[in-house]
Amino acid sequence: MINQHEINETNQMISEAKLDVRTITMGISLLDCATDSLPRFCEKVYDKITRSAEHLVRVGDDIALEYGVPIVNKRISVTPVAQAAASLCCDEDGFVEIARTLDRAAQAVGVNFIGGFSALVQKGSTASDLALQHAIPRALAETQRVCGSVNLGSTRAGINMNAVARMGRMIKQAAEIDINACAKLVVFCNAVEDNPFMAGAFHGAGERDLVINVGVSGPGVVKRALEEVRGADFETVCETVKRTAFKITRVGQLVAQEAAARLNVPFGIIDLSLAPTPAVGDSIAEIFEELGLEKAGAPGTTAALAMLNDNVKKGGIMASSYVGGLSGAFIPVSEDHAMIEAVQAGALTLEKLEAMTCVCSVGLDMVAVPGDTSAATIAGIIADEMAIGMINHKTTAVRIIPAVGKQVGDVIDFGGLLGRAPVMPVNQFSCENFIARGGRVPPPVHSFRN
Amino acid sequence: MKGIITVVGCDRVGIIAQVCSHLAAQQVNILDISQTIVQDFFNMLMIVQLPPAAAFEQLAGDLAQLGQSMGMDIKLQREDIFQAMHRV
Repeated sequence: MINQHEINETNQMISEAKLDVRTITMGISLLDCATDSLPRFCEKVYDKITRSAEHLVRVGDDIALEYGVPIVNKRISVTPVAQAAASLCCDEDGFVEIARTLDRAAQAVGVNFIGGFSALVQKGSTASDLALQHAIPRALAETQRVCGSVNLGSTRAGINMNAVARMGRMIKQAAEIDINACAKLVVFCNAVEDNPFMAGAFHGAGERDLVINVGVSGPGVVKRALEEVRGADFETVCETVKRTAFKITRVGQLVAQEAAARLNVPFGIIDLSLAPTPAVGDSIAEIFEELGLEKAGAPGTTAALAMLNDNVKKGGIMASSYVGGLSGAFIPVSEDHAMIEAVQAGALTLEKLEAMTCVCSVGLDMVAVPGDTSAATIAGIIADEMAIGMINHKTTAVRIIPAVGKQVGDVIDFGGLLGRAPVMPVNQFSCENFIARGGRVPPPVHSFRN
Repeated sequence: MKGIITVVGCDRVGIIAQVCSHLAAQQVNILDISQTIVQDFFNMLMIVQLPPAAAFEQLAGDLAQLGQSMGMDIKLQREDIFQAMHRV
């Protein structure tokens, strides 16, 4: 029988160390909504989403109440819209209209984000992909809850440099209309089809009609556990992280199975990413400090992150057979108070963040750069991140915010979970002629595994 | 369904009596109780069997309200979360 110590430990994780289930995300295929009429397509999409996710929020709230563990977000991911809407042959305006429909559907069922305003163009863009990419700035600026993503490269296909250059321009355009649009837009290399976390969630073509994916978190729990082994060697540290990740993931697994059963939708995966929030005690950078680094970004940070990421996975994989999504550690600057402090103290630079992305999930996430940063420079930053993903067989991403009218040292505030981002300095040397070349970077030799 | 009730707050006379009579009125059967006092701080754990047709939300809400009226923190959770986390 469960004993007092175990009950207290679990409840302390929840109440003091901010253990939560970060998101229950319902994946919904829109492939069966295909038609050649835009109004009819929007109607079918709205109906399918509101019908499928009608009880999602209620079920999430019920489970949170019964188990006493917060379920912070209830969200939806859909088939990449450029694929689902390909038969419409619509233009930019058409895609903006589809984004508005997604926004209305999300609002109707009460979810805070809907992901999948996306295109997968790692090898090339269809007409539909192109129209969607051009629609992204307006679509994300004119909606509240819609998140967009574009996959620009993969280990198998290489990097679509035309799309990299284009997305550099689109990110600039989006920032000029509404800076929040950039916070809802991410570009990927090796994007995954079952990621429940925003802004990059979409429901891949290889998925079934409906699926429940769950993202668990808990940097605060890991930090609290590490406080108990202060000064111990790395073996002890790794063992502690593994044990903690195991416990966190088991809670996620329970919630995922319960949600799947109650919604009568198959369970997909658990994503066991350590994802910070702006709250004190819910931070990845605080873990670095606990490990003995004065600030995130100090020499040793990449090693600390590699170790943390690997042991989170080792613990989590033992706890659930279906670990998927991005699973690792997120390092979004604006959403982690100690990362913000590290940037402001001069300890953490864009270049160090780039190195860190080699060993953890995702990449340059929620980083603000001066508003006068050129589209080509943004494309160059994206290309570097895509190259890291392509060569290392891993997912990498860029969610970058050109802070219009702001300079290094200023801060932009997004509010809520997205936090506030200090504007970071960018290397001032030009990559204009490199980006202007266009074409596709071929896949690396080690992608030929057959 | 089994539930875990945790009661935390400043110690005084009659806490167990009040919580138990509330549970009895709701047809909740108590399977196990453990209680400690640490520096005047009352900490009680109960493992309970909920009646088959129990409305969980109602029970949890009533207990939380009872806790408020007593100046204590009373929480009802399903037992599964502890099993999942601590048992392989």
